Amino acid sequence: MENLIRIPKPVYILSSASVVGQHEKNGPLGEYFDIVGDKDDTFGCDTWEKSESEMQRLALSRALNYACMKDTDLEAILAGDLLNQCAGSSYGLVSFETPFLGLFGACSTAAEALLLSSLLCSSHMTRCAAVSSSHNASAERQFRYPLEYGGQRAPTAQWTVTGSAAFISTSCKDDFAQAAHNGEPVPVITEAVIGKSIDAGITDANNMGAAMAPAAADTLLRYFRESGMQPSDFDIIMTGDLGFEGSSILCDLTATEGLDISAVHCDGGLIIYNRETQDKHAGGSGCGCSAVVLAAQALRGIRTGQIANMLFIGTGALMNPTAIQQGASIPGIAHLIRITADIV
Amino acid sequence: MQMDKNSYKKYADARAKKSPCAKNCVCAFLFGGLICAIAQGLKELYMTFLKEDDAGTLVSVTLIFIAALLTGVGIFDRIAKHAGAGTLVPITGFSNAVASSALDAKGEGFVLGVGAKIFTIAGPVILYGITAGAIYGVIYYIVTLIMK
Amino acid sequence: MDIILPYLWAFIIGGLLCVIAQILIDKTKLTPARILVSYVVAGVILGGCGIYKYLIDFAGAGATTPLTGFGYLIAKGIREEVEKNGLMGVLTGGITAAAAGIAAALIFGLLVAICFRDKRKQ
Repeated sequence: MENLIRIPKPVYILSSASVVGQHEKNGPLGEYFDIVGDKDDTFGCDTWEKSESEMQRLALSRALNYACMKDTDLEAILAGDLLNQCAGSSYGLVSFETPFLGLFGACSTAAEALLLSSLLCSSHMTRCAAVSSSHNASAERQFRYPLEYGGQRAPTAQWTVTGSAAFISTSCKDDFAQAAHNGEPVPVITEAVIGKSIDAGITDANNMGAAMAPAAADTLLRYFRESGMQPSDFDIIMTGDLGFEGSSILCDLTATEGLDISAVHCDGGLIIYNRETQDKHAGGSGCGCSAVVLAAQALRGIRTGQIANMLFIGTGALMNPTAIQQGASIPGIAHLIRITADIV
Repeated sequence: MQMDKNSYKKYADARAKKSPCAKNCVCAFLFGGLICAIAQGLKELYMTFLKEDDAGTLVSVTLIFIAALLTGVGIFDRIAKHAGAGTLVPITGFSNAVASSALDAKGEGFVLGVGAKIFTIAGPVILYGITAGAIYGVIYYIVTLIMK
Repeated sequence: MDIILPYLWAFIIGGLLCVIAQILIDKTKLTPARILVSYVVAGVILGGCGIYKYLIDFAGAGATTPLTGFGYLIAKGIREEVEKNGLMGVLTGGITAAAAGIAAALIFGLLVAICFRDKRKQ
């Protein structure tokens, strides 16, 4: 069975916008985010779930603004988050007059949404938006303990990123003329591999990196087997949020299969915070992590000419608190898209 | 990659960074000890005007109040991050579990939000404390019957 | 020295009870909620056997402040009620003894919920 999807016609990421909280602003990528929230990360809302929704609204509004588009120019919004019933997306995007598809891929949602938008834009549609978000406070509430509960975190635990990013993709080159494009390279999605849900037997909800790494390895191995490419063909291979544990497990797992990615691998969860000074244990995670790092680091690299060819692998731990309490292990998933630089 | 679930789990557990147990234990000892020493001081203060049992009760109430207040102003979790079991095991941990759950559920209303979820973490403690006590009570009752 | 000694023992015994819990958390991956439950049940058992009383005589608040002390209080309350009222004491003794702690925690918890809002993690 062929796993590699070649996008039938080029789908450009016309614009992207990222919204983050204070911890992310204080991290190494701080200056590259488009919008930073208030000092309490409430985004002016009285509950954390509303704050997360507001972040999605801000991200998509800003991305539309960068693309010089209105919501009615889009044919679909694909969005997801970590909250039950994707509440962050469905409430956050309710003000946009655009057909809406809600997604759940845990922390891989940004990649899932971009993958699907590139398929849609290259066939039945022209313009789509992909949005995802996570908020540390709403995730803590839903998956861990009350915010003010006095507990200690395990060294392998990851820190849910407060962040949201929106990406506008289009298969119409003329859209760049409208967006006052100044001739710099633009990101194009050319290939994709859909992840498999892989249960590697990890039951520790404080070690999500280990739960996700086998899925990332599986997706990468399938990609390289079928594409005929080599890791050295890419400027970076960026996983979403494997963190410290997951990243080194991934490099171990692929190395045993004869695929050495360590020279070009980087991980969103590892670069969003400063590991020395920010006390974020194994790194960042959450739907917002890979999304804001992709927008603020990788796509910026493409636009500035530093990156010409990259793989983005959104990694997700499909963790369900009820299933965990019932003793089930955590399946992981990883969706891959290849992004190259193109001059329009 | 052809690793079965058990060996992968073992591999992941074995390489996972461990909690700094020695450091955590020192912190737990110092914070826990300090809280108990403060409790001892309060008790001796209260015993100047109360019976011993009532003084003990008032000490607990005082610690519960302080812990709840620190939870409300957002300081308790910052201390507990370092203190670990040092703030968890004394009655302060019970108070924090109740207050943080109540505070957390505020957005969902005061009946089914705060009212129901205030017991999320503290409920099991009360349930099993009372149940263990009841079992002990039955045993104690039977033993006293036999002894007579 | 005699004035300091009760404080010293409260500090040491209370601290050690916390250290045991810390080792359990770090080494066995028991969640804090399970630790609290274990401590209360352990307090009931040790209190019921009459062992915990000695620890309290020795360490004072160092033994009453940790949650084992809460368990001890429950066992003590039940024993006294069983002695007074027979089998009915099994049901009334425990909650009566624990009443002040539970009521205070619940009421202060509610007040906290009324007066404050939770803040993002630092």
